[in-house]
Amino acid sequence: MIDAEWLYWLCGLFFLVGAGFSYRRAQYGGAAFWALLGLSFCYSTFVVHKTAAAWPLGVAVIVIAGLAGFGALGKAEIATTSQAERINAANVLRGKLFVPALMIPLVALIFGTMLASVTVGGKPLLASGTATLTGLGVGAIVAGVVGLVMLRPAGGLKLSLPLTEGTRLLHSIGWAVVLPQMLAVLGLVFATSGVGTAVGTIVSGVLPKGSLLLAVIVYCLGMALFTIIMGNAFAAFPVMTAAVGWPVLIQGFHGNPAIVFAVGMLAGFCGTLCTPMAANFNIVPAVLLEMKDRYGPIKAQLPTAGPLLVCNIAIMYLMGF
Amino acid sequence: MVVLIGVALVVLGFALRLNPMLVVTVSGIVTALLGGLNPVAILDTFGTGFASNRSVTIYVITLPAIGLLERYGLQQQAARLIGKLRALTTGRLLAAYMLIRQGTSALGLTGMCGPAQTVRPLISPMALAAALRRHGELSDAQIERVKAFSASSDTVGLFFGEDIFLAVGSILLITSLVDSTYHLKLDPLQIAVWAIPTAVCAYLIHGARLLWLDRTLARTTVEVAAR
Repeated sequence: MIDAEWLYWLCGLFFLVGAGFSYRRAQYGGAAFWALLGLSFCYSTFVVHKTAAAWPLGVAVIVIAGLAGFGALGKAEIATTSQAERINAANVLRGKLFVPALMIPLVALIFGTMLASVTVGGKPLLASGTATLTGLGVGAIVAGVVGLVMLRPAGGLKLSLPLTEGTRLLHSIGWAVVLPQMLAVLGLVFATSGVGTAVGTIVSGVLPKGSLLLAVIVYCLGMALFTIIMGNAFAAFPVMTAAVGWPVLIQGFHGNPAIVFAVGMLAGFCGTLCTPMAANFNIVPAVLLEMKDRYGPIKAQLPTAGPLLVCNIAIMYLMGF
Repeated sequence: MVVLIGVALVVLGFALRLNPMLVVTVSGIVTALLGGLNPVAILDTFGTGFASNRSVTIYVITLPAIGLLERYGLQQQAARLIGKLRALTTGRLLAAYMLIRQGTSALGLTGMCGPAQTVRPLISPMALAAALRRHGELSDAQIERVKAFSASSDTVGLFFGEDIFLAVGSILLITSLVDSTYHLKLDPLQIAVWAIPTAVCAYLIHGARLLWLDRTLARTTVEVAAR
């Protein structure tokens, strides 16, 4: 049975490459961050298999967060091609450029739909819930190889090229690369600490018993409102799911988890459209377009966000239960 | 009930725009302490949480391939294709761009278009030029309106397209969080499929409003001319 562990090791190694780039530029804070992140990805395998203690990893995670939080990463641009060189390359390659890019979703889809149910000797070939992830990893590798062969960079097929360009993107994302994972950790901490039960008690006191529609509205509206306040639907998700999504909608009303959670997240996205807190999506474009009114994009999005939130409530209510 | 102070800390921390990594870590530790966990148990929870939620970060595996393609002009090729929309009216141009943005995001190519890559250099100037061609001199309010809708066609397209792609942060966050916390076994594909109905609604609602922009521009131009 193939699980996703090899893929996590590959990610870990990629982070270590990123650490190497930082180290060569004498950015020791960044080097420490990426190295610790890479090692944690590999060490995690033993934690999952319960062959190593989890607490050292907990220490590492808090150090990683500290390095990110106190700005130890620094900023550095990795050299790449110029705008003019890119236009020239695009003139030659044209539509070919999209072929490797499309390999990633295509291979992931093949794994997720066809190979997910393949069994070898009575056992599933791919571990439950990991088929699409495995496909994504294979797809990314296929895309890299096809890209290298197809683009035939001058100077031969150098493996260092995708690694350098990948690290350039990795460093430009910076610590935000692990923020979603940290928010998922927070979700687990909330659940372990009893946040769900606490909010559940409040909600069951407020919600009239047995009103599914009202519960769906509370979940979707809560996702949107928390997202407006925090500027981030990812941060709202663990909170609202621990409070209403899991205890009320899934356990209480036996909803379909895939639909409830997918649509719940999208209800949060409606909130993102309305909030200046999500500055990179709503304020930065106004600045880029040299608009007089920084809130112009938000004002253009509000009349879409409202009806769309109603759509999400309807979709969840009608299809999720 | 006291554990809810930890939740309030997250909300407060994000609202005050403190560094999110610190907000998450500190409120996690505070919540766990209030929930009666001892320090070793807290570290264990952080450790097992990190280990079981690695799939959230797995999208980084696509960066080398995407970076390589960017090196050879992926964004520039996209820009060339978008330039072919030049002949359309403002509303139709933006509706067409939103479809491209939503479609490419659904295929995982979220970095191919964007406010810096396509909206500022291409979409906004093209939308303004189309409005000028059709309605003549534009008032400041009309210019602002066209720019605002240019930005929104990108943002709405991205938000409600990317969730159809399996390996985007939000999908992986959902599967990973509920699998590790509530012991379900959800595949990212199951979640992604259920992003499609909302994606269709988003395109219909915002697309209609983009098309309506042509009428609004015509009406406001007449009003200005009448004065």
